[in-house]
Amino acid sequence: MAAILVEHLSKVYPVAVKKPGFKGTAQHFFRRTYRHVKAVQNISFQIEPGEIVGFLGANGAGKTTTLKMLTGLIHPSEGTVRVAGYVPFQRKAGFLQEITLVMGQKQQLIWDLPALDSLRINAAVYGIRDRDLEQRVGQLSEMLSLEGKLTQPVRKLSLGERMKAELLAALIHQPQVLFLDEPTLGLDVNAQVSVREFLREYNQLYAATVLLTSHYMADITALCPRVLVIHQGELIYDGSLEGLVDRFAPCREVEVELAQVYPPDHLATFADLESVQGQLVKFLVPQASLTRTVARILSELEVNDLAVTDPPIEEVIGRVLRSGAVV
Amino acid sequence: MKSLQRFLRIMTTLLSVYYAYMVEYRAELVLWVLSGSLPIILMGIWVQASQTSQFALTGVEFARYFLAIFVVRQLTVVWVIWEFEREIVEGRLSFRLLQPLNPFWHHFTSHVSERLARLPFAVVLIVLFFVLYPQAVWVPTVGQVVLALLVTSFAFTLRFLIQYTLAMLAFWTERASALEQFSFLFYLFLSGMVAPLELFPPVIRTIALWTPYPYLMYFPASILVGLPVDLGRGLLVMAGWSGIFLLLCRWLWRKGLRQYSGMGA
Repeated sequence: MAAILVEHLSKVYPVAVKKPGFKGTAQHFFRRTYRHVKAVQNISFQIEPGEIVGFLGANGAGKTTTLKMLTGLIHPSEGTVRVAGYVPFQRKAGFLQEITLVMGQKQQLIWDLPALDSLRINAAVYGIRDRDLEQRVGQLSEMLSLEGKLTQPVRKLSLGERMKAELLAALIHQPQVLFLDEPTLGLDVNAQVSVREFLREYNQLYAATVLLTSHYMADITALCPRVLVIHQGELIYDGSLEGLVDRFAPCREVEVELAQVYPPDHLATFADLESVQGQLVKFLVPQASLTRTVARILSELEVNDLAVTDPPIEEVIGRVLRSGAVV
Repeated sequence: MKSLQRFLRIMTTLLSVYYAYMVEYRAELVLWVLSGSLPIILMGIWVQASQTSQFALTGVEFARYFLAIFVVRQLTVVWVIWEFEREIVEGRLSFRLLQPLNPFWHHFTSHVSERLARLPFAVVLIVLFFVLYPQAVWVPTVGQVVLALLVTSFAFTLRFLIQYTLAMLAFWTERASALEQFSFLFYLFLSGMVAPLELFPPVIRTIALWTPYPYLMYFPASILVGLPVDLGRGLLVMAGWSGIFLLLCRWLWRKGLRQYSGMGA
């Protein structure tokens, strides 16, 4: 049985429209008009137990709306969803025991009290015995390097520590399906790395299914062999990360160190210019014409050094998200 | 039996954690206690007025009545609509919805915990009042105290249910607290906070006694000071209104969840 099964899922929101100025305000007050925004349109996918899948899309693409439907927070306009065998919106106790949602920009811990107090509430709500709670807190706080931090008021923790404590609170009931919405948002590089390592370890330890959205491509490349790409509410890609790069980046990067400075207009006749910094030039060359272009550069320009590389994956994904290109 | 044990564990945990939360800011708590001292101000006005005119209550009776109103108000104050509205608008309700516990219990227990936290401060104010106005000292019987406490607990539950029901409208309007501000007008006059119901014209009094408002303050306060009340009828009206608001609240909750968009979450 798939951990997550989504079929023809759509969500349409009514959004109030207001014209600027006093007249618009008066109209808005007496006769409010709405337009319908298609946040998610007819998307289908399936995620198997234990998979870690990256969910990519620009701001407003429909990622969070989809996560909200998968976690049962909002009701779909059309389509069906099954998570861990349950219909999310029915919010059955069995379903809520199986899932968790972590939102990088939101917190569930009580700000003025130590995280341990919030954990006590979660333990009571999820029916975790005191002995098990102690054991789980010990294990998770060790994995997250949070020892000694859980007795301090949450407001006194650093952002990274707070996020880790949020993760701990979200996972104390050992859910099997994790929805993570920007879990590393605003964290420094070290904290990002440790959260990533923790997620990988948790996934391996509990065979948990993870659906992860992040604007930090390093999260995706480090954790997700498979990605879903959503653009303007439509699913435009579902497959491996390498496949995404092959499909959306049929170009190579050619980095050349020239013996002298050439005018950019002249350089642009060889291939698309990615950057020019004095004698250091980067071309973006289609795979099909790579040999021909490199030969031409070497014969027509005075070259000290030349290297051909794949463009960084972050750049490829960024390009896909900006354009929503489907190849 | 197991589910009852589990429910009790949840309740005791919520109460103890929210109590810890409430006592975190002691100064704020004292200010909240003081902000509920409108009955004391009104007491001064009515005691003064009773010296020049003839009313159903004497000056000392007025003093005792308004002190009882102050105590009942301290024990029944509710602010859930503002909290719930903020949770909806900021999308923080999402975390509560992801747990297998109705968010109602978080709000209810946090209110009960706050009561326990503010009680010592309220007691200090009462003692201070008796020191300043010794003529008003009275000792209610144990039966009166027990009954008044019981009825005050019902009053708090009813007040909470009324406001929580209005709070459900935040799923649609996002400014449900405006409704509470409007209904506060009725609460202020019909609950007996401004004047005891004995001073109302008979017609208004009869109508008022069919609404839930007099039972939120006037009724328990009258029991505490020994004013005559129809206990059976009062409890029945309270139970009736509680039932109506409970059903309405549950219906709105189910409808509202379909409206919820988890804003900002």
